[in-house]
Amino acid sequence: MNKIVKFSIDGVECLATRGQFVVDAAKENGIYIPTLCNYPGVKPKGGCRICTVKINGKLMTACTSPVSEGMQIENNANEINEIRKAIVELLFVEGNHFCPACEKSGNCELQALAYRFHVMAPRFPFSFPIRKVDASHPKIIKEQNRCVLCKRCIRAIKDYKGRSIFAYSKRGNRVEVGVDSKLGKELTDELAQKAMDICPVGSILVKEKGFYQPIGTRKYDKNPIGSDIENLVVSKP
Amino acid sequence: MKNAIIKIISKYNKDRTRLMDILIDIQTEIGFIPDYAVTQIAEDLHMSEVDVEQTVSFYHFFSLIPTGKYKIYLNNSAVSNMMGRAEVAATFEKELGIKFGQLTPDGQIGLFETSCIGMNDQEPAAIINNLIFTKLTPFRVKEIVRDIKEEKPVVEMFSASFGDGKNASELIRSVVSNNIRKIGPILDPNYKPGEAIKQIVKMTPTQVIEEIKKSNIRGRGGAGFPTGLKWEFCRNASGKQKYIFCNADEGEPGTFKDRVILTEFPRLPFEGMVIAGYAVGATEGILYLRYEYKYLEQYLEDILENARKKNYLGKDIGGKKGFNFEIRIQFGAGAYVCGEESALIESAEGKRGEPRDRPPFPVEKGYLDMPTVVNNVETLCSVVKVILHGGEWYKSFGTTESTGTKLLSISGDCRFPGVYEVEWGFSINDMLDMVGALKSETQAVQVGGPSGALIAPNEFNRILGYEDLATGGSLIIFGRSRELLNDVVLNFTDFFIEESCGSCSTCRIVPSVLKNKLKKILNARGVMQDIDDMVEWGKILKASRCGLGQTAANPVLSSIKNFRHLYEEKVQKNKVFDSGFDLSMAVKEGSEATSRIPNF
Repeated sequence: MNKIVKFSIDGVECLATRGQFVVDAAKENGIYIPTLCNYPGVKPKGGCRICTVKINGKLMTACTSPVSEGMQIENNANEINEIRKAIVELLFVEGNHFCPACEKSGNCELQALAYRFHVMAPRFPFSFPIRKVDASHPKIIKEQNRCVLCKRCIRAIKDYKGRSIFAYSKRGNRVEVGVDSKLGKELTDELAQKAMDICPVGSILVKEKGFYQPIGTRKYDKNPIGSDIENLVVSKP
Repeated sequence: MKNAIIKIISKYNKDRTRLMDILIDIQTEIGFIPDYAVTQIAEDLHMSEVDVEQTVSFYHFFSLIPTGKYKIYLNNSAVSNMMGRAEVAATFEKELGIKFGQLTPDGQIGLFETSCIGMNDQEPAAIINNLIFTKLTPFRVKEIVRDIKEEKPVVEMFSASFGDGKNASELIRSVVSNNIRKIGPILDPNYKPGEAIKQIVKMTPTQVIEEIKKSNIRGRGGAGFPTGLKWEFCRNASGKQKYIFCNADEGEPGTFKDRVILTEFPRLPFEGMVIAGYAVGATEGILYLRYEYKYLEQYLEDILENARKKNYLGKDIGGKKGFNFEIRIQFGAGAYVCGEESALIESAEGKRGEPRDRPPFPVEKGYLDMPTVVNNVETLCSVVKVILHGGEWYKSFGTTESTGTKLLSISGDCRFPGVYEVEWGFSINDMLDMVGALKSETQAVQVGGPSGALIAPNEFNRILGYEDLATGGSLIIFGRSRELLNDVVLNFTDFFIEESCGSCSTCRIVPSVLKNKLKKILNARGVMQDIDDMVEWGKILKASRCGLGQTAANPVLSSIKNFRHLYEEKVQKNKVFDSGFDLSMAVKEGSEATSRIPNF
């Protein structure tokens, strides 16, 4: 049933397999749609809303919308980029993000997105919430000040029985990602590392591993986020 | 206690999708969800404790800590405030010696706030141990607190006679009033249950859908999706089981019509569900009922039991071989967002009420990933009338685009708040005349609850209908004396902050940002730019996943659009910038602690 469909992004004709999510289909065509909560291989959730595009005139998230024949997608438009930039700023003011002191600086996707969208200072007032640093687990630190509530860890990190180690608690602007007090103790080194790697910001840190990779050699130190996709040489069938 | 918990979990076959029922039963039995219950549930349902807690902590009426033998939830809706809530609240606090959100030192009595409980026509109202107390006054509060201190059972605390109609019946015995003020085809007292079922068994399911499509009826919850089309999509979707949900989670502040339908005509939506089941090929129906209406449980269960006896439910319904349909009641636990159909489904599966990404739509992949129809209570009632009298007959009511009648829940500054059934196309002017509100005294009307629009007198000639003012039926009238920004816009914005699921960044953050701006303006620290900022920032919410998020800025946006002068009156004209930051307040605590007076 693999069927190739034709669709367009900002007027550029693209090809992809029907049913692929727009974000992935765009990537294969060398077009970067910014994402934050999305992660390859993990079920998309459409939580951060940064991948918002206009599909046939309607605002939708590219990470959750399957591509179909004739779809017209607006991606790099002023209106949409303005929303994305605003969301990046909102995430900055919602928590306490002090980049220079953060272990994840340079590998942080929120920071990289802010650079990409030329965020100088957020337009919104900071809320300076009082949040906890949970270092009670043997392998990891959960730094709530930096959590952007993307649910990557919730969706991707499960124990050998398939049980969740991370989960939301509460709702609305009080929501936070908690760590299971029992399963957190049993976390393996591999899972702890996976959790840190999958966290787009510096909210999950493996103890004693924070600055393992020197600054200057980190992912976004030299190249902006998305440039790997945009520099892809696309071979069209 | 541990045994009781094990028994409850077994009662639901250790089924993870029944977590809501398990938690409700435990909360009822113990008064809260203790640690050992979380541990037991996690073990038996093969999930982690943090996973159990994420559902528990999502719902307003669940608690992980004790909330007292007597739990008082006082409604904090805008209309409750207008009807004297402040004094009532203050009396509760004074008489109990505690603040909202606290327990008495002996752990016996808990006092909490709660979002609109569907009693806007009889405010201030409270829920005490699942029973409703309406028209509260400071005097009445003193009586209630005295009774509580004497440890009287809550059922014995009612001082007045019971409400009208079925509210006084043996299985309800509630002081709630129906306040039905105008009847039409849906609220027709001559309704005979089962007649429509007799009709459909003579029709094919496709014929039923065709008749519904012919009536042009659209969803009554507010979104207005054509009902016939929804049924057809579900019928054509493939799945080994299909489900019909009746959405009775009316949480939009100011809405209470479903409560009245379920009290006076409960057989009507149930019959509608049976019809929907027949049409789409579903054998199971679920009434998702908001926890605030728990006092109707016994009564509704009894109605269902009688329907089974009469063969309106069960096997071979209406004598038609193979026509099977069952209905069960699923309670929510206090979350406005669960009125959104995919959040409702998530909740019914025992999870947090977070809306799903669409596509896929519930008609393709809904409850337990099976094709599911979610219809509003009123939609399902209308469907019965369409079957009884025909789609053509139904179209004779209302307008071309909005056929039929609409139940309005009207409250606020008017002489006769209550439920009115009118034809679509009814104007706001006529509505004010109907409910006894003087136009000269009316400042604004909120159409469609907080997620709708705040309308000014120059627009009172607009009509109710999908083509103009689409609404789920909540209409709130504000008189001249009301401070719209403080009494209405701020209250509604607080509501959206409280009720957001927190999953989308936009809806989780923007409403609080807007609230801070609004408070800045109310505190006389605002500037013109703040008004423009609010308009711009409100637009970001359009990128949210569900209707709640997309409309969360509506109180701010529609009040700026229609009442901009109220904002402009409050901002400083001689300044272009004000940070809103109050340095002396910020250092007050520190100054006091060190006995130093800052030199600004």
